[in-house]
Amino acid sequence: MSTETGPDSEIIGDGADADRRRNRRVRRLLFGCTSITVLTTVAIFAVLFDNAFHFFYDVRFHEWLVGLVTEFRLVPEQRVAITEFLLDTEWRPSHADDPRFGILPLAAGTLLITVGAAFVSIPIGTATALYLSEYARPGTRKYLKPTLEVLAGVPTIVYGFFALTFITPNIIGPLAAALGQDVGRFSALSGAIVVGIMTIPMVASISEDAMSAVPDELRNGAYALGASKYTVSTSVVLPASISGIMASYILAVSRAIGETMAVALAAGVTPRLTANPFAEIQTMTAFMVDSTRSTMLVGSVEYQSLFAVGLALFVMTLAANLVNDYVKRSYREEYR
Amino acid sequence: MSADTERGNVREWMSDVDLRWVKRKNRLFHIALVGASLFGVVMLALLIADVILDTLIGVVVFEIDIGTFLTRAGSSDWANAGFLGAMIGSAWLLVFTLFFSFFLGVGTAVYLEEYAPDTRTTRLIEANLTNLAGVPSVVYGLLALGVFVNAMRLGPILIAGALALALLVTPIVIVASQEALRAVPDGMRNGSLATGATQWQTVRGVVLPSAMPGIVTGTILALARAIGETAPLLMVGTVWGMRHYPGPFDRFGAMPTQIYEWAFLPEIELQYLAAMGIAVLMTILLAMYGVAFFVRNRYERSY
Repeated sequence: MSTETGPDSEIIGDGADADRRRNRRVRRLLFGCTSITVLTTVAIFAVLFDNAFHFFYDVRFHEWLVGLVTEFRLVPEQRVAITEFLLDTEWRPSHADDPRFGILPLAAGTLLITVGAAFVSIPIGTATALYLSEYARPGTRKYLKPTLEVLAGVPTIVYGFFALTFITPNIIGPLAAALGQDVGRFSALSGAIVVGIMTIPMVASISEDAMSAVPDELRNGAYALGASKYTVSTSVVLPASISGIMASYILAVSRAIGETMAVALAAGVTPRLTANPFAEIQTMTAFMVDSTRSTMLVGSVEYQSLFAVGLALFVMTLAANLVNDYVKRSYREEYR
Repeated sequence: MSADTERGNVREWMSDVDLRWVKRKNRLFHIALVGASLFGVVMLALLIADVILDTLIGVVVFEIDIGTFLTRAGSSDWANAGFLGAMIGSAWLLVFTLFFSFFLGVGTAVYLEEYAPDTRTTRLIEANLTNLAGVPSVVYGLLALGVFVNAMRLGPILIAGALALALLVTPIVIVASQEALRAVPDGMRNGSLATGATQWQTVRGVVLPSAMPGIVTGTILALARAIGETAPLLMVGTVWGMRHYPGPFDRFGAMPTQIYEWAFLPEIELQYLAAMGIAVLMTILLAMYGVAFFVRNRYERSY
């Protein structure tokens, strides 16, 4: 590279020293890059917590800390009680006379979407994975796998549009009419179905990886005993790869909890504590993007409520990701 | 025991396992799996058909002029509304997202693969990366809103949106780059180190050039993710009813936020504008995937 090989050994020595110094500098620089990723996580949590604190009390957390040290101002004044946030059944933060801050309707909306989406993505994703790993011929695989990748690459806003202009009028409408239900432009079921569709590739590809990792000896043992492909699939491959399959379910659920645009377009903008799938609802994520349509003052309860809901969302997805990490780690070495 | 009864016993035992039923169950299961696998394919086909149909209705029935659509900024009047402002916004976002995330992502990947000792700290950093990749995109928007827009007083400008997108896709760039670096065989590193090269010289002269096609492919795919992201930009604060061509330090909108606006508002004509916007967005996405595919096939070597 930059070290020139010449007859003069002193020059080589100097060059090598400079090269080593540069190597150390680069190493420090690259470590700096790496620490930014850690800093991002810390910053996410710090910003959410700091601002969510300002939702519950009249100061931000770091301002309160400063006040504590300089002025011995111990107890901040309360704006929204934590019990109200967790237990109240109404969410209307910008109501002029009687604003209410109960996260339950938003959380219920998220739960409704997540459970509904799981009913779509888990059976279909698992079946697709089993088909790819056990039944499909290489020629079929060659087309099916890229199709799933395209399905995973479609922007979520496009799924929202699809739900609004296709699923709701063509699937939900007739279904609701048949069941004697009223359905408007938005419905929880439409959001759940579309989120389910978009998480199918995730369940399918991760589950298939797990199924492909099951060694052929196990399959051949079962075939040697006269088992059919059905028996091998359901009684050998599925149990043997259950940890990877579970991990894919958890990831799909985590993704459904955090899904924003498809839900904002499909499920609606009315926070409502209901289990009726044909009702218009609002999820935590949809509330956040919907509230950006109105102007909010920084520091107002409405503005700070974004961060309180965001913190709740972050904690939920973090928990899902940690469980997923644990599941993966505790079963990873099974067949190696 | 005579041979006859023995054969009879065997036949009885065989009849416990009803082979016909086993076969039928197997076939039914096979059909069910094929049906489930086709579900995703059918949905993708319906989605594409829906977008194309709505685009055609917009052009044919509502006589939205494609030329006007592609060459004007937004307008309050749907018949004169254009998409160019949003496209320019997305282009700027792409440039800055690439700038912010590429060096950060590749630098981190090089550190983790080439320099980092295998310690608990390193494993923690890697675990943190998988966690970051699972954080909902709307939360990155909140981070940008809290830090860049308000704490640093940048205001809701395009650069703040690009920073949010960059933080969002950096984990994707890192993971793709790590895979590309891992695919470079150790023999090449050792050959370079044996000639007296320092680790950085080895990385710069040998490892990075071999891994570059994989890194570029991964980066393009990450940018394809960024260009379709809506929620972080909305949180940063995009303009509703944008009528200008945004620059890096202006208030902004982008293709997905414009599509959201059109799709969300109840006027039926706007739905067809949204479909046309999606057609443009998907075409650009397709082109990006094409380039990534080309780079991978043309330049990637396997060792």
